[in-house]
Amino acid sequence: MRAFSYEKAASPADAAAAAAKHPEAKFIAGGTNLLDLMKLQIETPAHLIDVNGVGLDKIEPTSEGGLRIGALVRNTALAADERVRRDYAVLSRALLAGASGQLRNRATTAGNLLQRTRCPYFYDTAQPCNKRQPGSGCSAIGGFSRQLAVVGVSDACIATHPSDMAVAMRVLDATVETVKADRSTRSIPVGELHRLPGKAPDLDTILDKGELITAVTLPKPVGGTQIYRKVRDRASYAFALISVAAIVQRDGSARIALGGVAPKPWRVGKAETEIGRGAKAATDALLADARPTHDNAFKLPLVERTLGAVLTQARG
Amino acid sequence: MPTPRELDMNRRDLMVVAGACAAFPATVTGTRAQPAPSGKPVLSEVSFSVNGQSYQLELDTRTTLLDALREHLHLTGTKKGCDHGQCGACTVLVDGQRINSCLTLAIMNPGAEVTTIEGLGGVENLHPMQAAFVKHDGFQCGYCTPGQICSGVAVLDEIKAGVPSHVSADLTGAMAVTEAEIRERMSGNICRCGAYSNIVEAMTEVAGRRA
Repeated sequence: MRAFSYEKAASPADAAAAAAKHPEAKFIAGGTNLLDLMKLQIETPAHLIDVNGVGLDKIEPTSEGGLRIGALVRNTALAADERVRRDYAVLSRALLAGASGQLRNRATTAGNLLQRTRCPYFYDTAQPCNKRQPGSGCSAIGGFSRQLAVVGVSDACIATHPSDMAVAMRVLDATVETVKADRSTRSIPVGELHRLPGKAPDLDTILDKGELITAVTLPKPVGGTQIYRKVRDRASYAFALISVAAIVQRDGSARIALGGVAPKPWRVGKAETEIGRGAKAATDALLADARPTHDNAFKLPLVERTLGAVLTQARG
Repeated sequence: MPTPRELDMNRRDLMVVAGACAAFPATVTGTRAQPAPSGKPVLSEVSFSVNGQSYQLELDTRTTLLDALREHLHLTGTKKGCDHGQCGACTVLVDGQRINSCLTLAIMNPGAEVTTIEGLGGVENLHPMQAAFVKHDGFQCGYCTPGQICSGVAVLDEIKAGVPSHVSADLTGAMAVTEAEIRERMSGNICRCGAYSNIVEAMTEVAGRRA
């Protein structure tokens, strides 16, 4: 690790002020992703702002009948919350499909959204990677790309966003609340939080430097049958090859989001109008612009079959 | 004797395999050496308790809880396996919850109550989970065992507290100690000797005794 100075923030405003003062700073909460990357010197912050003491660790009802999840609520606590289990089952299921018990006990809601890709070339500092070192090239294109993205990719990057939780939040139409270094606040639909790589894959999200996520808000429960189906190389503790988050209503209408196929949770409006025509029509709409590699082309039929299985389960 | 042609083929196959291994599993399993520490160390103070005893330490900010336990407090029961949160050998209990001690900085844990394998029990007073691991041969080389036992103790508490898992059929119902539940919840603890089935037996026995 590179040496760094460290401070504990006492409030979100305090954290924002500290970020304004230290342009090379990173916020740290659970640390389960950032410390891993700091050990490999993929992340080299000169200053850490520990936000574990700023509050933001509650799940509270909103006046609109939804839930406001504090940024520091741990993944285990969120998955086990009775309201989430009852009204937002797809979110509990997605959280429980990710990582291990030890990691979920520390990983936070905001940190989960902001975790970085697990592309092997991003982790391998001996090889070019445009996300790690802008302009150095992409080793994954033409490399070992079995795990990587098939849609939303660019000539500069084919990394996936690895979160399961974010896929469920996308299908639930969650909103991300932030505070900036100048103390202004904003609300961002979770579908707009993550960027597509384009020519600047080093920028994962639209957040400004020093902008802190304070909460994620879920709208009023929408009911329906909620399913999160994750397909991976082993039964537990592995990242998704692909995943499907679905909320299927009795009238056959459905919301669908995919994980493991794109640089962000992947949801396409047209797929949801096509859902009545079956899994193939919906998959065609979801992956219309897919640019798979030789190694990961299997993800296209895998999405169709998994979506088919999810729809059958929901209607069964 | 293999013919030169066969040798040639074998070497090429080997290189393809070696290349793939270098590109993928090395990163995924975290086996690559970490770069040397760099920069002028910054020191910071932290106080927490370990196994009921209070400590005040002045540490390099980079010190993980795992390194604080092993290198500074000489509690070497907690093991360093991958040092990247992938193997679970470093699992300890912090305020009653299991975590990977390699993925938290010591200074991020002021006031914490840490329990390591040494705090669960010793030779003269084995914790029931330690005794069950001995009885059921829940290990071979023993390197992952402190992490397995700390995790195992926490898993039974999590089930008792009603925390659901990926394999729980009913999210809102009561949680039960089944083999499938134990295997899923213990997936963050890797055992390369393959003692898994005996670990399940040990945990099942302890859960039964508790109930």
